[in-house]
Amino acid sequence: MTTAAQGNSVSSPIADVIHSPGKVRFREPQIEMAHGAGGKASRRLVEGLFAPLLFGSSSEPLGDSAYLDFNGTKIAITTDSFVVKPLCFPGGSIGELAVNGTVNDLAVSGARAEAMVVTYVLEAGLPTPVLESEVRAMGNAARRAGIAIAGGDTKVVEHGKADFMYISTTGIGRPLPGLKIDPRSVRPGDKVLLSGPIGDHGITILLARGELDLEADLRSDTRSVFPLVEALTKAAAPGVRWMRDPTRGGVATSLNELARDCGHGIVLTEEVIPVHDAVRGACELLGLDPLHIANEGQFLAVVSPEYADAALNALNLAPGGEDAQIIGVVCEQPAGAVLVTTRYGGSRIVDMLVGDPLPRIC
Amino acid sequence: MKFVDEFREPEVITRTAEEIKRLADPNRHYRIMEVCGGHTHAIYRFGLKDLLPSNIELIHGPGCPVCVLPMGRIDDGLAIAQGPDVIFAAFGDMMRVPGTQGSPLEHKARGMDVRIVYSPSDALKLAQLNPDKHVMFFAIGFETTAPSTALTLMRAKAQGTHNFSVFCNHVTIIPAIRAILDSPDMRLDAFIGPGHVSTVIGCRPYEWIATNENKPVAVSGFEPLDILQSIVMVLRQLKAEEAKIENQYKRVVPWEGNGAALRAMAEVFELRPYFEWRGLGFISQSALRIRDSYAEWDTEKRFEVPGVRVTDPKAAQCGEVLKGVLKPHQCKLFAKECTPEHPIGALMVSSEGSCAAYFNYEHRKTAMVTSIAMPA
Repeated sequence: MTTAAQGNSVSSPIADVIHSPGKVRFREPQIEMAHGAGGKASRRLVEGLFAPLLFGSSSEPLGDSAYLDFNGTKIAITTDSFVVKPLCFPGGSIGELAVNGTVNDLAVSGARAEAMVVTYVLEAGLPTPVLESEVRAMGNAARRAGIAIAGGDTKVVEHGKADFMYISTTGIGRPLPGLKIDPRSVRPGDKVLLSGPIGDHGITILLARGELDLEADLRSDTRSVFPLVEALTKAAAPGVRWMRDPTRGGVATSLNELARDCGHGIVLTEEVIPVHDAVRGACELLGLDPLHIANEGQFLAVVSPEYADAALNALNLAPGGEDAQIIGVVCEQPAGAVLVTTRYGGSRIVDMLVGDPLPRIC
Repeated sequence: MKFVDEFREPEVITRTAEEIKRLADPNRHYRIMEVCGGHTHAIYRFGLKDLLPSNIELIHGPGCPVCVLPMGRIDDGLAIAQGPDVIFAAFGDMMRVPGTQGSPLEHKARGMDVRIVYSPSDALKLAQLNPDKHVMFFAIGFETTAPSTALTLMRAKAQGTHNFSVFCNHVTIIPAIRAILDSPDMRLDAFIGPGHVSTVIGCRPYEWIATNENKPVAVSGFEPLDILQSIVMVLRQLKAEEAKIENQYKRVVPWEGNGAALRAMAEVFELRPYFEWRGLGFISQSALRIRDSYAEWDTEKRFEVPGVRVTDPKAAQCGEVLKGVLKPHQCKLFAKECTPEHPIGALMVSSEGSCAAYFNYEHRKTAMVTSIAMPA
């Protein structure tokens, strides 16, 4: 879940919206699956219920991490929970996700992950080897990412009350020098960068559930994006205005949030957005848009035009950033929305994900 | 990607769009109905309207299975699933469609056992895996999906799976097209014919549209080039003052249809005397029901069906939009009370519904600037 940035209490458009009664207040009678899918419903829940009750006086746009100030020492903090089914899938598992997810939330907030604590919610009956293998995966992922796991907590619930195990991680990080991430600093003319092919994670999980009788040579993209963020920062820190890892809800949802927060339009060029053929094929078959599919090892950045080439170069030279692309540009119009242009001159608005992505039939 | 990329080739598409501009008489206004919701979706998703001259108006037809289903049928299905030990199984398309007491997904959140399946045979498997439950498959769709429901019922009978039934809402496309043509407020010049329905029924059933109604039809695929080529085909016919059925989707649609699929349908289904369509009202012989020889697997014969009839909310103009009389944004509720998040009518739910397609891809585009310098 996104955490509210806390800090000063200057008024901002977002805060005004949150606090104007009746406008975004959460009115739905019950929680649906869609409220956890990362799209519009999730945003309504956070902005309409959590934010006003928990971060009352805060005014900052909702980011991936919050920044805390301890007598001049700035620390980034974030938290994330993992409820993935199945636990293991090609390219990764819940344990690895739980580390990378938190590392990435800190990374795209401009911070190097330093330490995390972890909570396990285990279902009675969970085979010990399954737990052991996930804990081992976490240890390995943490070592790879250079983050210390400093502590944890375990709860066990009755059999049937959880899908084997849920993991929650909370991490703190140190801000990278010279970066200032704020969606409100995004200007028309800025370029939108994407670190690599999209949709691998979401489609891998969909296929790994075995409900579709589809097979594809696909792996989750779960990884720490910090090395790429670091490379980008070294080359172009003064030009980096915004970053986000497009997890649930995909690139479309992240960019719609940006469009709303900055008040400008995001115009993407469909043909340059990297998508593996297997993901495209599955999306064509199922009637899904790769822009709505979850990722666990990619990030988006908005960079000012004079730094865009340097930023792209740095990403392309870094290991794992070979497929990075400039996929679009910030424009004045369509204000607050994302427009995708096709190779042959057509265009369409791409909205946030509504509900869960459901395959269609005909 | 084969069968996709060659139909999205910019050069060919540009050339076809130019051909359309050449063929269209600037002094004439063309009203072409794409019957199928899949086409409506593709037209918006690929932004094809941007490529057409302004005197070619595409009218969205009734070929969206979820959209034409009256709310009462959803209420009926959900009422049966309230019973003990019933599993409600349906395609993803159905899950967000509102009934009077909420959608299947909302019922699921309240505890109903609702499962998304990707084919009717998955629902049958579900029945075999849950022998002490009854699995009801909520069947929707035109002739595209009806054969797979038929084959599943044949399998259930052959295997003797008794804890499985089908709540049949299958409809047929031809009577709907006839109803549209009979509608006095509808003037159309030509049709883009349904692609996937025609893989089953072939092209012959459309012939009366050309011979009796004098309207050109091009049975079309779903890629951008398919749709543009089909527009070229009907424009050429209109220019030559001809009316015939052309098959643009030859790579998939056989002229005579799919014999095996038609036989399966005939084995399991018969025509209902009449069926209610949202927006179009009661249409005779427009839907399928399960034959008596399969009565044991027919939800309507095994369970007490309440037979709910619900009128659409007064302000909602789903009917007019379904018939193509109104454009989605001309409905009083569009983007106000009715959005994909809080749909009042099914047209705003299904990705094939013209309201959802219009809302998702077109709405807000008006302010767009086309001459934006794009990154290479």
